[in-house]
Amino acid sequence: MDDNIVSTDRLTKRYGDRAAADRVSLTVRRGEVYGFLGPNGAGKTTTLRMVLGLVKPSGGSALVHGLRPGSPEALRRTGSLIEGPGFFPYLSGLENLRVVGRYRGLGRSDAEEALERVDLADRGKDRFRTYSLGMKQRLGVAAALMGRPDLLVLDEPTNGLDPAGMASMRRLIQDLSSEGQTVLLSSHLLAEVQQCCHRVGVIVDGRMSFEGTVADLRGARVLRVRAEPGDRAMPIVQGAAGDVEQNRDEDGRAVLTADAAGVDVPAMVRKLVADGVDVHSVAVQERSLEDVFLTMTEAGR
Amino acid sequence: MNAWSHSTRAELRRLMLWPATWVLGGVWITLLFAFAYAFPYIAYRSGDADAFQGGPTAELLASMLPQAAPAILIQGTPMFGGAVAMIFAALTVGNAYSWGTWKTVLTQGPGRVAAAGGTVTAIGVCVAGLVLFSTVFTLGLSSLVAGIESQALVWPDWGDMAASVGGTALVLGMWAAGGVFLGVLTRGPALSVGLGLLWTLVVENLLRGVSQLIDGMPAVVDRLPGSSAGSLAGALSSAAGGAEGTPGVLDALSGPVATGMLVGYLVVFVALALTLIKRRDVA
Repeated sequence: MDDNIVSTDRLTKRYGDRAAADRVSLTVRRGEVYGFLGPNGAGKTTTLRMVLGLVKPSGGSALVHGLRPGSPEALRRTGSLIEGPGFFPYLSGLENLRVVGRYRGLGRSDAEEALERVDLADRGKDRFRTYSLGMKQRLGVAAALMGRPDLLVLDEPTNGLDPAGMASMRRLIQDLSSEGQTVLLSSHLLAEVQQCCHRVGVIVDGRMSFEGTVADLRGARVLRVRAEPGDRAMPIVQGAAGDVEQNRDEDGRAVLTADAAGVDVPAMVRKLVADGVDVHSVAVQERSLEDVFLTMTEAGR
Repeated sequence: MNAWSHSTRAELRRLMLWPATWVLGGVWITLLFAFAYAFPYIAYRSGDADAFQGGPTAELLASMLPQAAPAILIQGTPMFGGAVAMIFAALTVGNAYSWGTWKTVLTQGPGRVAAAGGTVTAIGVCVAGLVLFSTVFTLGLSSLVAGIESQALVWPDWGDMAASVGGTALVLGMWAAGGVFLGVLTRGPALSVGLGLLWTLVVENLLRGVSQLIDGMPAVVDRLPGSSAGSLAGALSSAAGGAEGTPGVLDALSGPVATGMLVGYLVVFVALALTLIKRRDVA
């Protein structure tokens, strides 16, 4: 059994001279939450549309559940929300889900269950057009959940949500993930991806520029020492960590930054104190994904 | 086939719950009531021969009685009924693009042809329902007029009536298929309805006006959708006692030729719409 639920091979979509997606190769494994990351207009949605068979590729190939993308069998095992929810504005949320359920050949209870899942049960009888952006988005996710598909494709599901809505969407994705659900999630929000995803793919200007784990993407952890005076601290930190970069923080204190790999932090701190250096803080930090992302985006341009 | 029937059931559900379905159905029934009964009846009661489309009062009364029901049913379809059916279908299909529901529907996995076929079938069911209701409505109101005016209740020739029901369904179905095609072609409700109305109400009449200028053009104009619909209505209603002077009713083609043209248009419109839906990317 193939463990890749989605795999694309040099998938390309051209509109005239412009390649919206240019030789995109990615793989989503069974049971993982895959973050598809990129700035607006990078080609995320175009790629996902090709994966769902809404758009025909100009080149390359893709397999979803081992099948041709967009084939009825592949789609029946996939739930999706692509670029905003598309529903009948005059129908209630519940009726909209029932219509979707009929298309899938499901029973009536599936719609109610999906509404419960996204906390919309109490507004289920209201018309879709009266919903807030966040509620519309949640209804879109509810529709994607109908029939318990093996794969969920969610295109920027937190778009338009307030912080509470974003948090509850993240919780929902984490719950689904812990139930073993495979999710392909696109986003331009790093925090979202950082918190939910096992692996990420980064797309910039239509091209994949990275695929791997969040940890791989961030690279090494960083040692940050705030200490005064900086000149006296410098040789000690260098002795412990090798290459050190010195900056000043907003209070004018020296901040020494180095690769944290293999550093014996307690020993280094003892040496600093023994040498009469005032240690204000010592931290081992992961590089923020945002830093990585911006570097990658800049490099890509 | 299963996916097709699922799609049909889903579309029927959303169409039955759509206020526009009932508004448009109501508009057609109101037009039928106003022009086939209310105005002629007022003219008849006023005793003024020139009040509504002329003619002696006895003829006016006869045009409302059950025996004229086949003509009453179909005579309004080439222009008004057709426009209503076309608007309904164009809105159904065009709005699915502007609401983004095609995307939602197609990602449920019915397959494009089954999804589009389901929509077309559901529209067809709605049109059939409207035709049946109109038939009952027409026979009922005609009987009422007969009762009020103390006329003997003479039913129409049922063969004529069945032909009229079938013809009405064919004319409305052809215009609805045209609406489906325009909705798919323009991927939106506004342009499709606008173009459709322009065609049914304006363009064909203008072409008819200038067709004498070019050799062979009248034959082409006679076979256009509106003209074919008008000819079928003319053929079926004159068989049942005339509907002269009703807008859109013509005698350009014989009944069988008009029927053939309408079936042809219906099939071509639906086939083009399905082909476009199958081949084009969904935005």
